[in-house]
Amino acid sequence: MRKLIAGLFMMCLPALGLAAGGGVALDTMEPDHTNKASLQRGAALFTNYCMGCHSMEYARYKRVAEDLEIPQEIYEENLIFTGAKIGELMKIGMDSEQAANWFGAAPPDLTLETRLRGESWVYSYLRGFYKDDSRPMGVNNVVFPNVGMPHVLVDLQGLCAVKPHIGSESSVDPLSGNEVNGSVCPEWASEGTMTPAEFDSAMYDLTNFMSYMGDPVKVERERLGVYVLIFIAIFFVFAFLLNREYWKDVH
Amino acid sequence: MQKLIQWIDDRLPIVEAYNKHLGQYYAPKNFNIWYFFGSLAMLVLVNQLVTGIWLTMSYTPTDAGAFASVEYIMRDVEWGWLLRYLHSTGASAFFVVVYLHMFRGLMYGSYQKPRELIWLFGMLIYLILMAEAFMGYLLPWGQMSYWGAQVIVNLFGAIPVIGEELSLWIRGDYLISGITLNRFFALHVIALPLVLIGLVVLHILALHEVGSNNPDGIDIKKNKDENGVPKDGIPFHPYYTVHDLMGVGVFLFVFSIVVFFFPEMGGLFIEKPNFEPSDPLKTPEHIAPVWYFTPFYAMLRAVTVDFLGLPAKFWGVVVMGGAIAILFVLPWLDRSPVRSMRYKGWLSKIALAVLAISFIILGYLGIKPATPTRTAVAQVLTVLYFLYFLLMPFYTRLEKTKPVPERVTG
Repeated sequence: MRKLIAGLFMMCLPALGLAAGGGVALDTMEPDHTNKASLQRGAALFTNYCMGCHSMEYARYKRVAEDLEIPQEIYEENLIFTGAKIGELMKIGMDSEQAANWFGAAPPDLTLETRLRGESWVYSYLRGFYKDDSRPMGVNNVVFPNVGMPHVLVDLQGLCAVKPHIGSESSVDPLSGNEVNGSVCPEWASEGTMTPAEFDSAMYDLTNFMSYMGDPVKVERERLGVYVLIFIAIFFVFAFLLNREYWKDVH
Repeated sequence: MQKLIQWIDDRLPIVEAYNKHLGQYYAPKNFNIWYFFGSLAMLVLVNQLVTGIWLTMSYTPTDAGAFASVEYIMRDVEWGWLLRYLHSTGASAFFVVVYLHMFRGLMYGSYQKPRELIWLFGMLIYLILMAEAFMGYLLPWGQMSYWGAQVIVNLFGAIPVIGEELSLWIRGDYLISGITLNRFFALHVIALPLVLIGLVVLHILALHEVGSNNPDGIDIKKNKDENGVPKDGIPFHPYYTVHDLMGVGVFLFVFSIVVFFFPEMGGLFIEKPNFEPSDPLKTPEHIAPVWYFTPFYAMLRAVTVDFLGLPAKFWGVVVMGGAIAILFVLPWLDRSPVRSMRYKGWLSKIALAVLAISFIILGYLGIKPATPTRTAVAQVLTVLYFLYFLLMPFYTRLEKTKPVPERVTG
């Protein structure tokens, strides 16, 4: 019986994946805000590759440095390119009106991107670029069709010649014995400096960092939540005993 | 201390008020789990007022500043995230306890004579609460805030002749703008809470005048001892204060699980599109109100035919308004000789079950995008919802009721 239920549930999984991505299948990504090393690598990637165009203007550098345990001097020297002071909001120099002219739409602020679209969407999107000469930037994306953004991570990933496989498990074709969907990209137009596995891991870090930026208090909130629940549970015991004491003579 | 109380009491009847409303307010001793939600609604109201005051200190009600100020509260204000999540979760919790409180009233006939006014004040509270929640939802100034408000305010445009002018007057602009935001803020933080508190006071004063109903629907004042104390009554304080304290514990436990671990409640309490700043030029794929409005939203969308030369949208608004308005006349629709569902007949029991199930499924349908099948289901359920009320004068009179005992059964 339990197997049957589990089986039925598994049958529904692809449908759930579709529902979450607005019709696009996604690779799942589980963020881990306690993995400081991953968040630090993600912060470095985001500042170097994304922050030229995308701000995180609701957050402050200092908070990121503190939460990620990066010493302030090191953070200021290596991760602030705009000359901003460490206490300032993470804005960018690019003018959004000009940017709209260059890309068709102004690159959005990304502070809350993971909360808007979900971590799995961002993770899949970052790995979803492929060569498409019909597009102005020469690339397209399977997760976000006809996106205006160029593939800024092309020197790391390389450029996939065909649509990469996102949201599909690898399997073995029973007739030929060949592996299907074994790698995200079956055919490369150009090679990158990272292997596919390294790139996936880097994109995990980047998504993890963006997830942290969307909800920086999550770890602290959940830590406190445990104590709050313990307190309320003890409070309930006393309330229960008090109530019983008062009501014991009422019939 | 005693002297101080005496001094004040000579000038203000505090002892009398304490006795009337707490110390010698005799509540039936057979309250069950359904009787926790009234006091819990009070608790949530206080939570909303207190967290609301502190949120106001850091919130900016302008087109340019609103969205950023909410993120400022979430990130830079000390404990701001907690204040905001307590407030956003509190809004949903308010409707949870109010819906359960209303269902209790339906189940035990708490609206029947002589408690019609309590019911009417309660319905007004519900109405103001909906307005309060609707206007509060605009304040974060995200995409769903903006487009949700746009859709709802446009509904007024469906009213013939004056509709367009009316929605323009509500918005103060040709589309939802900073002007709308600013006036909704004023209404949300001052006007409506004032009305709400006033109505809550009236609700409780009216209740304490006639006394609480109970799961048996018996009038406990019929059976009094030699001191004039109802035999089945018990002083509210300390008996129900300690009793409610227990309910508070359970409620806060569940509430805290949401606040600390699932503040968005999977997009149900804080909808995902609201993490994007409002943009008048970009409509979200699917606009859905927050869950507590969705049963009525589903009824609105269920009306798909033009009638008498008026558009379907107008009749949708009529149906939606009617679904709320019909609740007001409930005390005069019930012709049953008994109050409680325990002694009513099968017809009443089935009718109430159908109502509750219809309401819940309509709520689900209101969250989902409309498809022809879903619309058809919503149409059937909307009819069932109304039939509960429209047929009530007949089935409550026709059915055979059970004899009501003299004393409460516990």
